[in-house]
Amino acid sequence: MTAIDLSARPEFERTPAEIGAEGAVERPLPLWERAWNSAALRRAVLLTLLALTWELYARIVNNPLLFPTLSETLEALARDLQNGILIQRTSTSLHVLLLGYASGLAIAAVFTTLAVSTRVGTDLLATLTAMFNPLPAIALLPLALIWFGLGVPSLVFVIIHSVLWAVALNTHTGFRAVPETLRMTGRNVGLTGIRYVALLLIPAAFPAILAGLKIGWAFAWRTLIAAELVFGASARQGGLGWHIFEARAQLETATVFAGLLVVIVIGLVVESVIFRVIEARTVNRWGMQR
Amino acid sequence: MAAGAIAVVRTAAGVQEMAAPLLSARGLTLQYRTPQHIVTATWRVDFDVLPSDRFVLLGPSGCGKSSILKAVGGFLPPVEGTLTINGRPIVRPGPDRMMVFQEFEQLLPWRTVLGNVLFPMRATGRFRGREAAERARDILDRVGLGKFTDVYPHMLSGGMKMRVAIARAMAMQPDILLMDEPFAALDALTRRKMQEELLALWDQLRFTMLFVTHSIEEAILVGSRILVLSPHPGRVRAELNADAFHHGNIDQAAFGHLSKRIHRLLFEDAKVAQ
Repeated sequence: MTAIDLSARPEFERTPAEIGAEGAVERPLPLWERAWNSAALRRAVLLTLLALTWELYARIVNNPLLFPTLSETLEALARDLQNGILIQRTSTSLHVLLLGYASGLAIAAVFTTLAVSTRVGTDLLATLTAMFNPLPAIALLPLALIWFGLGVPSLVFVIIHSVLWAVALNTHTGFRAVPETLRMTGRNVGLTGIRYVALLLIPAAFPAILAGLKIGWAFAWRTLIAAELVFGASARQGGLGWHIFEARAQLETATVFAGLLVVIVIGLVVESVIFRVIEARTVNRWGMQR
Repeated sequence: MAAGAIAVVRTAAGVQEMAAPLLSARGLTLQYRTPQHIVTATWRVDFDVLPSDRFVLLGPSGCGKSSILKAVGGFLPPVEGTLTINGRPIVRPGPDRMMVFQEFEQLLPWRTVLGNVLFPMRATGRFRGREAAERARDILDRVGLGKFTDVYPHMLSGGMKMRVAIARAMAMQPDILLMDEPFAALDALTRRKMQEELLALWDQLRFTMLFVTHSIEEAILVGSRILVLSPHPGRVRAELNADAFHHGNIDQAAFGHLSKRIHRLLFEDAKVAQ
């Protein structure tokens, strides 16, 4: 057993060697890996697989009254698009939807501003949200019919109810989660009142606000279609829900599927195009969300 | 020796012979509330910060140094005593006292580096349009971020984020720059570099700053004058000059003496108390 002399190791200095091409700091990924990194491509592949499954299953079942094939559904869709019925009904629905959604957001903004500026406002929002958020909007439809009668005002009323609480709750939670340092940064430059909310709180809480907007949108869309199914029958200008209801009454199952398909496609477009673009331009770009 | 002599002159002759103080605290007592208690952070603290001072608040944790900085920032009103800037009492936060925090999250993640520097200028309306943009670019060049103006904060390293925060505060030309342990979250190498850069910037612009730290070495390096505080609650223990020291003479005996002296001031109290 000889003791190891730790000081025996020589000291040295060297200049780093040149690195060649194979040691390059970064190089591009292979093509298929880059392609698979695109969310659009991955989703397109999934959608195609789902469509194929549908077509195959419906052909095996072979009962157009219960389960039409994808091609039959697309035919019905094309027919209704061509004679303009579907476009007219979709635009009726979207018009009501936008009206309700925008009003819901405006009221939510008022509630949230109250809630961040006063303690009573916070309590009011918390209480109202706890009361009304679990209440299905469609349950208010009978009441809305008594108050506003058949037509757009009733629909807007239930949509507001479905949007308001989800958006207000999320926005308020987002505001409360803004880090203290960021708040002090804003107050340090003398921001107060509405300017403080607009220039600091809203962008800082944007991930939560965006989540609220998405939930509110989905609630609004499903509430609208459901409401149209319930009483669209007597409205002069029916929407998509009425379109589906009418087709069911006439046992045109392919048209029912086509109507459902439109509901789904609009949902997909809003979710994965409109909200996706907003997300990519804001929270993703700012590094607040991956 | 020279440093000690200046300290004597300063305290003996009072403020009349020196420039008028920019910031002055008299009998400053600060308290903050936790849900169960009222905690006294500082107790009757006096100090004067002169124009172009690099005034360091030094003390162990719990000596209220950050509370003093918050009070100067206008976030914590004094319960006793006065705190004045240019003779006016401090009542609310304002852009004449720009703060630089320790946390990296002080940068607005939704704005680019340039946008962050522009934000206070535009939000206060103090500088507008072309002038604001030129000032922002100039200060970013000075802190070595001229090439990163269009990058978002999450893509920057810790040291770079801190440079942006400093640039943002400096671009406003505040009366006083308040720095709350700005380099504490950085690694040792970056911290040293940032200290050197801050001093180089001070050489160019001669701004006034109030700097909070718990590192004796950093206090001596960065500061021109050091206020040593005792803990629980914070009271003035000493006020020392450190203008003569920089990274070039960190290994000299005088530096070591001052460091030991501060060490003694800070830790003898603790021993006596025990």
